[in-house]
Amino acid sequence: MNRLKFVARRLGQGLAALLLIVVVNFFLIRAAPGDPAAVMAGEAGAGDAKFVAQLREQFGLDKPVLVQLGLYLENVVRLDLGQSYRQQRPVASLIAERVPATLLLTGTAFVLSLVMGVALGAWSSSRAGTWVDSLITTVALLFYATPLFWVALMAVLVFSISLDWLPGFGLATVGGQFSALGQALDVAKHLVLPAVTLALFYMAIYARMTRTSMLEVARMDFVKTARAKGVPRGRIWRVHVLRNALLPIVTLAGIQVGQMVGGAILTETVFAWPGIGRLMFEALLQRDYNLLLGVFLFTAAMVVLFNIVTDVVYTIVDPRIELT
Amino acid sequence: MHRRDFIKFASATTGWLAAGQPWTAFAQGVTNGMLNVTVNPEPPGLMLAIIQNGPAQMVAGNIYEGLLRYDAELNPLPGLATSWKISEDSLTYTFNLKPGVTWHDGKPFSADDVVFSVDKLLRETHARLRASLVAVDSITAPDANTVVFKLKYPFGPFIGIFEVGTMPILPKHIYDGTDYRTNPANNTPIGTGPFKFKEWVKGSYIRLDKNEAYHEPGLPGIDGIYFHVIPDAASRAGAYEAGKMDIMPGGTVEYFDIARLKALPNTEVTTKGWEFFGPHCFMWLNNRNGPLKDVRVRQAIMYALDREAMKNVAWYGYGKVATGPFNTSTRYHSDDVTKYPHDKAKAKALLAEAGYKGETLRLLPLPYGETWQRFAEMARQNLSEVGIKVELQATDVGGWNEKLNNWDYDLAFTYLYQYGDPALGVARNYTTQNIQKGSPWNNVCGYSNPKVDELFERGAKEASSVKRRELYVEAQKILVDEVPVAWLIELEFPTIYRSNITNLVNSAIGLNDGFARAKVAKA
Repeated sequence: MNRLKFVARRLGQGLAALLLIVVVNFFLIRAAPGDPAAVMAGEAGAGDAKFVAQLREQFGLDKPVLVQLGLYLENVVRLDLGQSYRQQRPVASLIAERVPATLLLTGTAFVLSLVMGVALGAWSSSRAGTWVDSLITTVALLFYATPLFWVALMAVLVFSISLDWLPGFGLATVGGQFSALGQALDVAKHLVLPAVTLALFYMAIYARMTRTSMLEVARMDFVKTARAKGVPRGRIWRVHVLRNALLPIVTLAGIQVGQMVGGAILTETVFAWPGIGRLMFEALLQRDYNLLLGVFLFTAAMVVLFNIVTDVVYTIVDPRIELT
Repeated sequence: MHRRDFIKFASATTGWLAAGQPWTAFAQGVTNGMLNVTVNPEPPGLMLAIIQNGPAQMVAGNIYEGLLRYDAELNPLPGLATSWKISEDSLTYTFNLKPGVTWHDGKPFSADDVVFSVDKLLRETHARLRASLVAVDSITAPDANTVVFKLKYPFGPFIGIFEVGTMPILPKHIYDGTDYRTNPANNTPIGTGPFKFKEWVKGSYIRLDKNEAYHEPGLPGIDGIYFHVIPDAASRAGAYEAGKMDIMPGGTVEYFDIARLKALPNTEVTTKGWEFFGPHCFMWLNNRNGPLKDVRVRQAIMYALDREAMKNVAWYGYGKVATGPFNTSTRYHSDDVTKYPHDKAKAKALLAEAGYKGETLRLLPLPYGETWQRFAEMARQNLSEVGIKVELQATDVGGWNEKLNNWDYDLAFTYLYQYGDPALGVARNYTTQNIQKGSPWNNVCGYSNPKVDELFERGAKEASSVKRRELYVEAQKILVDEVPVAWLIELEFPTIYRSNITNLVNSAIGLNDGFARAKVAKA
């Protein structure tokens, strides 16, 4: 019951935040120079004043800004995100088309980075000061410091172009004819490079954080007590240390999951992955206001949701924490 | 999970990745006879009457057709029209249409479609054609296979405006009486062309299939086309290198990657297929602003720019140094103009004479990727070598448009298509009546000269080629002396493709003319 109350209250706060986000973004986007009509006329390589005026009228950009905002909010309340100016299709369906690809990529990367990161961090801290520890921390530092797009391009260069083991772009083989299993394998193959690329950076963060957090907990009195009681070493690390050290990781994972819904612009661009991050970036360049606002609203809503989930997970990881 | 299990799991995962399983064994090859082409950026739509950006023209040029096609010298060839006649007074153009042509939905094509497309639909939606239709008095269809255009006055470039991008012919039975821009049929385009629209997975690819009922016997020579959307230039080049692409259209590969791809086996490069467009790159000089009002400062900029080096370094040797406002492939181009070799001393002398006091000039690069950025940096260096202070401004495409639309710049890179004729693609940048805010493609520099206005006006309304040439040669002389803009490079956009593809480029609009005539040798 306590939990339900908490969730209801947080959802209420979240909605208020979303409204604020919509309004701020609405003005922020329009503050960027150029508008969708100008960009589209520019692309056509020719245009007269009539052409641009026609487009503005069609998009409703000829109305006063506050009227436009009012109309937009009116639609949003009815859960209608409007039309993409450029593609002449409903924003909601454009987003819905891209979400699965993004979730597949970021979800895989998330699980991969969390499992590998925590595992490596735990291993490294339990062997603190040995060569294993040095090796893991060095590797983690390396992946943390290397720019993502460079890793991505190198991955394509090595595994796709030179070795031809893995496809370097797209979500599936275009025009391939597969059985259901073949199709799943095909997508899995396409997923490897972008997911690993994206996971490496987060893996490094999780590894470093787990290590630090575990070493800190390991020095605490209750761990000494457990040792004194003769609890086996493995159990001490697993039950006493790791579980208590996981809280900061949960915080970070919550933040990461929130970010992941927004897609991974760089990774999606380099690997031509048809996700929402690319959709957002292209909408920004093309000043497709409705589409951009729609993506912002959707991702913001997801972040709000995941923050609530994170708080609930806290209480599961550490029952001493109360939801207030 | 035990620590041991963690380690097992971790090593199992990495082992699985590194074992080098040739997973490609699971995939079967792409269906034979399909061409894989990159397209960038993804087109906003494929209805050519409404969307005319480059990628849309390349994809939709397979779906729709025009009345005529043009060879590399811009001579008209039959398209949907098999023959045409121009009256003595150059006021009546009669086109005989090909009989037995059908739309992709099986409905017959007729002269009514042409009249509807040009007179109603395109006049409403196609800004570039609209400008030419001003000269047209009436468009009629005396019978199902004949279309007659009557002009108000002789219009020199008229016979050159019938290619598919300028005048795509659309189905009357689908668009008549509807809202053209929001008609749902725009998502499933229906044309008369060699390929039919099959599917479009947004963000991934567009698929076109062979039109079995195409009106040219024996064509198309391939089964279909996949246009792949790959947003990152390095990844596009990688996809070709990995053997996943057959054709890299001009502009989809950064110039520093071309040599690497060219060296690959089974690879050809051609710069043909851009004659109709004649992409002409120049720097807008804002003739209204400070030192740029003075013709000597503008001339000094021409002398200061080492255009030969720009061509060789930024463009890796592709293109030609421009001699003036007319691209070499545009009709009536003349070499009889003042030359501007790279001459720092002369530039400095002209600046001193003009009394340039070191005012800073803002320079706006074209935000189209790495090559353009380097190009702008070279220009800045050249200008600072003769003492002109330049600061580069960073924008994206929207910002670039906005600044040019509002004349908020001093120097700005651009390139424009000339569409084969000065009346279509050159006059717009230099005549007084085209000085209007709100477009980056008209007279953005603000140059105004009644003599030049008159020459362009007479050139457009003149039917005789001999007379037109005289007028345009004179216009070029005046413009090159007065340097309203700094002409830089006649761009070349190399198309990279597999050697087993033949007859890929066979007209002045290259890949935008569709791939009907291309053949793939079975490997």
